[in-house]
Amino acid sequence: MYLQKFYDSIIRKVVNAVSNNAASEIVKIARKVSRPSALEYINHIFTGFIEFHGDRNFKDDKAVVGGIAMLDDMPVTVIGIQKGHSTEENIERNFGSPHPEGYRKALRLMKQAEKFNRPVITFINTSGAFCGVGAEERGQGEAIARNLLEMSTLKTPSISIVIGEGGSGGALALAVTDRVWMLENSVYSILSPEGFASILWKDASRSKEAAELMKITANDLLELGIIDKVIKEVPGGAQNDFAFTANLLKSKLRVELEELCAKDKETLLEERYQRFRKFGAFTE
Amino acid sequence: MNLFKKRKYLPVGNDGQSDTKKDGANEANTPSVPEGMYIKCPSCGQAIYKKSIGASKICPECAHYFRVSSKERVRMTADAGTFQEFDKKMEAKNPLNYPDYEKKIKTMQEKTGVSDAVVCGKCKIGGFDTVLCVMDSGFIMGSMGSVVGEKITRAFEFATKNKLPIIIFTASGGARMQEGIVSLMQMAKVSAAAARHSEDGNLYVTVLTDPTTGGVTASFAMLGDIILSEPKALIGFAGRRVIEQTIKQKLPDEFQTAEFLLEHGFVDKIVERDCMNNVLTEILRLHNPKGCERSE
Repeated sequence: MYLQKFYDSIIRKVVNAVSNNAASEIVKIARKVSRPSALEYINHIFTGFIEFHGDRNFKDDKAVVGGIAMLDDMPVTVIGIQKGHSTEENIERNFGSPHPEGYRKALRLMKQAEKFNRPVITFINTSGAFCGVGAEERGQGEAIARNLLEMSTLKTPSISIVIGEGGSGGALALAVTDRVWMLENSVYSILSPEGFASILWKDASRSKEAAELMKITANDLLELGIIDKVIKEVPGGAQNDFAFTANLLKSKLRVELEELCAKDKETLLEERYQRFRKFGAFTE
Repeated sequence: MNLFKKRKYLPVGNDGQSDTKKDGANEANTPSVPEGMYIKCPSCGQAIYKKSIGASKICPECAHYFRVSSKERVRMTADAGTFQEFDKKMEAKNPLNYPDYEKKIKTMQEKTGVSDAVVCGKCKIGGFDTVLCVMDSGFIMGSMGSVVGEKITRAFEFATKNKLPIIIFTASGGARMQEGIVSLMQMAKVSAAAARHSEDGNLYVTVLTDPTTGGVTASFAMLGDIILSEPKALIGFAGRRVIEQTIKQKLPDEFQTAEFLLEHGFVDKIVERDCMNNVLTEILRLHNPKGCERSE
């Protein structure tokens, strides 16, 4: 009897310690260099992935990967924002910060998916769209805006999963989808906690406080209705047991895609419109 | 030797009350300029007699465009007496419980006389019916939170339902940070409404004014069928300082101006403020399915 109570209290403590991770701790896990990348999920979940390159206008942005693959017996288009596990890899991937051509490549692949009636699955992991001269010259704002518009009316089912960082417009540009999911230790926000603290309080060192205030964790965003599902990870993060999270994600994707594919196009598009239409906090 | 010696000045008497000025008791005798009679031009730095900038609010010295409030812009743009405002009373809530956000909103409302950073409604321009939305950079830097997103979305939906064109004057520092992720979602919401308006074959014109940046640039500002801009307006996605910090270089002055965007192919036409009405009228006329029919 007493032993039982003792066990219960310990279990409760452990569960709380794991699930009530402070937002700033989750930010750290989400940014870990060892955190599994988009390509790892793509290669684990799908078979026969063929990567396609280029936006057909300017160049191939290596921060964005995409192509076609099979989810068991279902052909799908997969797109991801790719970070590296080392400095060399990260330089090649521009630290997962896409240029406009990255978003345009993603859009090209999504329109291709629409043509062949393939569902689209996107894996999001970026601190944000790249801020640089070339990005501005080639219309970073226009590229993101175009994706928001086109994705909202894409005539094929879509699911996005934030697997690490979901940084602002650069993440949203791949997340106007029928379902938006997050891994348990990922974050999705208007900008980084450091940026938030520095803009609003002129003090980037208050980022911890900002992280708690901003509601950026998967559980907070599920509660706000911004996302639809949280995918569990083992304690400490998905890198500690990659197969666990990847397998779980795969089984959830299969179930969800069956459901989405069964809807007629009109219902699908109307529900997607209403999914985003409802967001807003105002009185009148 | 005498060079460093302090010279003695004789005090100049003011009816024998030389100390009154120090005491601040005799202000009536000092020349003063009525508050707000002169304004400083942020571009050339000259003090400008306020009335000389005219209704278009252009500096007579250097042709700098002063920023205009949403109310002034509506007055400059819509045919007199035709503007009917939508959702005038919509106000922001505080989804993050951000400290003092309600207070900030109240202060801004009192200062600007508008409920949030956009004014939307229907009106006539050059006799043509249109929906018109005007952002207000004076209201928390024109930032887009729930109210801006909802009002513009409703304006698009009204325009779609009534087969009307929509004209949006943008002026915004981007998403409203105080509303966090909810602000980010407004970008998707408005863009989806713009998509439906467009799919039905309706006209959407954006007029980019100083400044148009961040989440507004990365959503509806760049989605117009026709994108106009005022001269020299600052237009961009990332902030100038952020880019300078990222690339560790100083950026040229013309970077992210309307002229820069025109050169790189992201703006259709730069239009002087005094000509804006005529250009908008001509565009509306060209898209009016009934040709040149006009109502007085």
